[in-house]
Amino acid sequence: MAIKINQTIEGSFQLIGGNFENAGEASSQLKLKLTELGLDADIIRRVAIATFEAEINVIIYAAAGWLRYYITSQNLKIIVEDMGPGIEDIELAMREGYSTAPEWAREMGWGAGMGLPNMKKNSDEFKIDSVAGEGTTIEMIINFDNSR
Amino acid sequence: MKQVTIRNIAEILEAAIVSNPDNLDVEIKWVCSTDLISNVLYYCLPNSLLITGLIHPQVVRAAEVAGIEGIVFVQNNKPDTDTIELAKKQSIPLLITPFCMFTASGKLFQAGLTGCPKK
Repeated sequence: MAIKINQTIEGSFQLIGGNFENAGEASSQLKLKLTELGLDADIIRRVAIATFEAEINVIIYAAAGWLRYYITSQNLKIIVEDMGPGIEDIELAMREGYSTAPEWAREMGWGAGMGLPNMKKNSDEFKIDSVAGEGTTIEMIINFDNSR
Repeated sequence: MKQVTIRNIAEILEAAIVSNPDNLDVEIKWVCSTDLISNVLYYCLPNSLLITGLIHPQVVRAAEVAGIEGIVFVQNNKPDTDTIELAKKQSIPLLITPFCMFTASGKLFQAGLTGCPKK
């Protein structure tokens, strides 16, 4: 299903490393917005899961980052950009169960090594670019035409 | 199979209800017992119940995101105040059971509930 909007709806959230206070806020607000737009519950759920995992990754691993979203009549694009430390081996990081999460994050129940695979699983297009020492950019597209 | 609601679950698990006591007649279809949040986000289906030892607010966030209808904290672990506040906002009932994760899961399995099927 496509939705009826005339122009792209955009928004952004700032994420600070180690600050869990607003963790999940981007996901919650995006969920609310897509519900207002009348999208399928299944699509909204996939967006919320992918966004939440992305937010948490920045908070656990990076110093700071941004999450930006763009809603068109056909799809939602989420771009998450952080300021490092970047990922040495992307292929390894994409493997289910592989995690470099620090002990404090594991104690909170994170670090199962499912974050990146889960983002990929819930999006229709998933791109990750990273330069070790610089930062990581993730782009996810979720189509509103629910043909999965 | 007989329908199982959060109210039934609270009785079976001898649980105290710490938020949203008006929202207990929701049907639960699956149960997920874990202390790993990403497993919740990866495996849980809508209309699930989460049994966990984690008590911080991200558990409620994860529940909201994954479509989980209720959370059971094991071994009398009391959730943080922030966790309770967020759960009230999201209308997610929180239950505290004296049983450990294994026993709580076993009791619900005996009542006819199973884990989330693999997608």
